[in-house]
Parts: sequence; structure tokens; C-alpha cells
Amino acid sequence: MSVIEAQVLTGSHFMNGDTACAEGAMAAGCLFFGGYPITPSTEIAERLARRLPEAGGAYVQMEDELGSITAVIGASSAGARAMTATSGPGFSLMMEAIGLAAMTETPCVIVNVQRGGPSTGLPTLVAQADVMQARWGTHGDIQAIALAPASCQEMFDLTLRAFNLADRFRHPVIILADEAIGHLTERVVIPAASEIPRVRRRLYTAPANGAFEPFRAAEDTLVPPMPLPGLGYRTHVTSLTHDERGYPATDAATHDRLVRRLSAKIANFRHEIIEIEESGLEDAEVAVIAYGSTSRTARRAIALARAEGIRAGIFRPLTLWPFPEDEVRALGERVRSIVVAELNLGQVRGEVERVTNIPVYGANHAGGAIMRPELILESIKEAAHGQPARGRFSPVGRAAAV
Amino acid sequence: MASQLVVDSHPSDALLRSDRLPHIWCPGCGLGSVMSCYADSVQSLDFPVDDNVVVSGIGCTGRVAGYLYMDSFHTTHGRAIPFALGLKVANPDLHVTVISGDGDLSAIGGNHLIHAARRNIDITVICVNNFNYGMTGGQAGPTTPFGATTSTSPAGNYEQPFNLPHLVATAGAVYVARWTSLHVRQLRDTMREALLKPGFSFVEVLSPCPVGFGKANDLGEGLDEMWFYRRRSIVNHDAALEDVGLSMSEDEPIVLGNFVNRERPLFRPAVSREALQEVLYGAV
Repeated sequence: MSVIEAQVLTGSHFMNGDTACAEGAMAAGCLFFGGYPITPSTEIAERLARRLPEAGGAYVQMEDELGSITAVIGASSAGARAMTATSGPGFSLMMEAIGLAAMTETPCVIVNVQRGGPSTGLPTLVAQADVMQARWGTHGDIQAIALAPASCQEMFDLTLRAFNLADRFRHPVIILADEAIGHLTERVVIPAASEIPRVRRRLYTAPANGAFEPFRAAEDTLVPPMPLPGLGYRTHVTSLTHDERGYPATDAATHDRLVRRLSAKIANFRHEIIEIEESGLEDAEVAVIAYGSTSRTARRAIALARAEGIRAGIFRPLTLWPFPEDEVRALGERVRSIVVAELNLGQVRGEVERVTNIPVYGANHAGGAIMRPELILESIKEAAHGQPARGRFSPVGRAAAV
Repeated sequence: MASQLVVDSHPSDALLRSDRLPHIWCPGCGLGSVMSCYADSVQSLDFPVDDNVVVSGIGCTGRVAGYLYMDSFHTTHGRAIPFALGLKVANPDLHVTVISGDGDLSAIGGNHLIHAARRNIDITVICVNNFNYGMTGGQAGPTTPFGATTSTSPAGNYEQPFNLPHLVATAGAVYVARWTSLHVRQLRDTMREALLKPGFSFVEVLSPCPVGFGKANDLGEGLDEMWFYRRRSIVNHDAALEDVGLSMSEDEPIVLGNFVNRERPLFRPAVSREALQEVLYGAV
């Protein structure tokens, strides 16, 4: 009898996005949640405080987000699928430990239900301004894996997927949700337990002989199989630069080899991670790139543009990191111009400009309310009419009157 | 010329990563003795060595994890305790010991220390207190005695230090002791008792840091600092903990002992063995 499958809430539900995220974790077999209450993610913790003990799991409310993420990494080190959920300020506090998870190759899931920043900002209101923090927030060179759900269904689907990616790559996986999706309530369909895809972590199972090298990567994936504590392997796991034995090393060659492998194990396999949804791009002259809640208003803007005779379509990355460079580059060869709509001052736009050679326009707002379709429509018109694109940080945004 | 005494093994060899030795600690440092006491106490337990996991933070003491031939985790600065919590909750069969320094545990990790004691989670914390930040070259910290000289308190430390046994006992620890790295037999027996004690147990070990702290305070070499402990220490298991704070004054004793051994309800959250096995290996 499967204790995990018994907890899958198979059926059709009218469900809050944060709750759907928690149920995605349950379906994935998450057994540990360490967290600290913070709006607008708290419903995830509340749901899991009730649900995890029913499934043989554990909910621990930590003293702060530093403890939350580190306890999650500790739990995962013992073998459990483990998660935390937070928002901007807590996400900032977790940055150092995300590097620990990356350095020690410890799978875990971090949900960031984004709100307006910087600092305490807008605790109850939406933004999408943590995209670059998810990529570059921790010190040192790492790759990031970050997924952006745009519906309650995707809060479920992508949370489940995040656990599978975390175990596949032995890497922290970030859900970059936003307040509008976290607090949205809509239909969520949870499949039968037997249809839930679960990727099992590859464990170190060989006997620990004299040549025990727990951090020697498997040749096929560049990911080393993971030894668990308590089984007699006597593994040393360190946040320091380490060699294949897991022993600290201070030479440049070992450091370069390790950091390159940690990046390559993700970058070289990014096609396994990147998911894109496209619509209306077949005949499009203008492509709108949008993700999360903003992709929903972008669809309205595209409909309005088409009604005015502008052929526009949407390119929606469900994966923000690794950035879908190849896909965006190819998009740049199919359309005349691109509008990037996002609730920040142009974080993804910068990436799009980096990989394309066509005009890129922003439809931006710093957050506090969902994006208005009219704002995106204006940018689509500018793009279609070949007007010069405004700079990313022009002091007065057109969206001031949201 | 004295004849040489050559030995080819050490009683703790089975628990040391001999391929990582010699260690990085300075001559006269107390950490070798502390590590040896811990290895002895683990080997004296009735359950297998492989049920034990060591977690360290950052600093000189943080390096202990890397020299022990055990499952060990060297984490980030201050976070050994929440990491240990995650390990323990996810696999309650593990015996989890945190070995870290005073700065790691009571400064940057101070919040986790008091909350772990409050929760009474079943882990053991061995806190090696050398009164300063040794790894970074001898700066003042929250255990530096009032008036002591360090590289960041050149005119004498003007802050009041933590009294760690009092702090953790007040926060809820069920087992609290203090020894020095000179008192190896007592320390070994205390560590064993702490490892066996259900709930949050805390052992403070005062340890010489001749290069980082001793030199700046005219304490001499490591051996001199051991004499300093020998001269000033008294053992009082029944001491009132508010009175066991440490000072630089020669008139004040260094109070050692097994101060607290009591019962409080244990921290309960735990992942079920059956659920963990299923996630890792599939349903049976």
C-alpha cells in the first residue's frame, strides 16, 4: 500500500493557487516543509501543516527563513523530498542557503510567491521583480532552475514538476509564482495517483570501498548518485569547494572543475527543463513574451491588437531559468519585433535583448496590481508601427495610472 | 638525547579520516582533544557508529566534521542546528550531533540555538568556546569576556558576554554541562551522557586558542592556557547558572560541571520510516 499515493486528492477542485501548490507537493511525495509565515505564501504552509502529518510527513515552523531553508536542505540530505515557501523578504534571506543546496547538490524546492519589493514593499500585492534574484541571488556561479506558473492548475503541476527536476538534477528548484496566482481561485484537476509522474532521486548504492567518491559525477548526467547518511558510507558533505571524495580543496583546478560541472549538469540538459507555450505566433509580426499572471492579461491585449489588425501572438515561458535562449533566438527570426510584458522594470526584457537582434519593447509596471491589457496593447502598437523602444528605466512609466 | 616513542596508530583512528590529517588547527589549540573525546564517546555507545551524524557550521570548530570518519555535514555559518533539525526530523533513527564554535552557535546562529533548546529537539550540541573568532584571526564575539583584548577590541572588550549554560538552560535545554579541553575524562563521559540523553543537550567546552585569543591576552602558549584552566577551574554540578558567567578576573573561578539533567516534553514532528522508504525506493 502506498502511503504517498493515498494522499493524492484526485478529482476536480475549485482551489486557491497556494493550496494547489501545497497539493502538488503532496502528490510529489513531499515529506518535509520548513517555513516561516509570510504573505502571500502563508496558505501553502497552513495547508501543509494539516496535510503533511496525515501522510507521514512533518511540518516545522522555523524561527526564520534562514532556518527554514537550511532545515529543508538537512531533511533532503536524509532523503526526504522537502520544500519551503516564502515571498520576497524571506526569499532574500534564503539566498546563501540556496548556494549551499547547489554546492552540496541537495535537491529541494523553494516557492516564492512574489510580492512588491524592494524591502517590505507591498506585502499583499503582486509583482514579478524577483526574476533576476532567482538567477543570481546567491554568490558564486551557479545555474538556476525556476518555473513560473500562470494558473492554479500550474501551481499544482509545476510544484510537482519542481520536485522531479530537483531530484533529477540534485539542485534547488525555485517556483517563481506571483501573488495574483497564489491568491487566485479556479479549477484544478488532480489526476489519479497512478498517473502522477515521479522521478526518483538516483542514490549511491554501490558498496563504499577504498575508492569511495561520492561526488564523482555519473557520465550520462554529470550528476553524482547520492549516498544517504546512516547507511555506513560515512560521507563528508561540505559547503567548501571539494573534490570527488567530498574533501575540501583549495586549488584553482579543483574549484574550476567543480563549478563548471555544477553548471554543465544543468546547462547541457536544459532541453529537459525548458517548457514554452505558444499561441497565435504562426502569422505574427509582433510576439508578446509574458509569464505568470501577466501572461493572462497579455492574451487579452493580443486579442485587442488582432481586432485592430495587428498580427500578434504570445510566447509564454513556463521555465524562466535556464532562460530559453535558443527558443527566444528562434522567435526573433520569426517575428519583426518583441514585446516583453512583466511586473518589473524589464528583467526578462534584458535577457531577450541579449539573445535577439530585433527591436524589443517593454510593457512594464513595478507591481501593486495585475498588468492592464491596455498597457501591453500600447506597447504592441508601438512595436507594430516601428516606433523607437523606450529605455527600460525611464522615470515615468505609462502605467502610473493603474 | 631522549629515545623516540613511535606509535603507528591512535585510539581514535577508526573514527578519523587519516587521509585528511594533519589537521589545520594551530599548535596548542584544544580542538584535537575535543574531537578525540567525541570519538571516544561515540565508540563507547551501544548503537552503531553509523547511526551517528555530525553537523558543523563554519569556523575552526566547523572543521571537525571533515576530520571525522563518519557521515558528516559542514554547512553554512550559523546554520548547523537547523540543518541538524531537518536531518533528525526526516530520519529520526539518526543520532545527530552538532559540533561547532561559540561564534557560529551563539552569534550568527544564536536564534537557532535558543529555538532548538525551546523545542527540545533530540539533538546534541557540542559548543567549543575559545572566546573569539579564531579562523578569521582573533576578533571579539559574544563570548569574549568583558575587558579582553582582541583584534577588534584593541582597547578591551566593552560588551558583556553570553553565559552560555545559563542561556540554553533558560531557553529549555534538558541537559547542560561545561568542561574544558583539559578535563578530557569528564568531557568524554559527559559527551556520552549527552549523546544518550533524549532531548536538547548542550555541552560547552572551553578551549585554548593561543594564537587567536591567548597571545592578545598574555595567556601564553596553549599549555599555559591549560594551566590557566587548571588553576582557576572549580567543579560545582549544583552551581546556580546565573553565576557561571566567565570573566578575565583571576579572582573569579571558572565553574565546570554537569549542571542540568531534567525532563521536558520532546519535539514531536518526525517523518515516518515507511513514507521515507517509499519516496526513496518505491512502494512495497
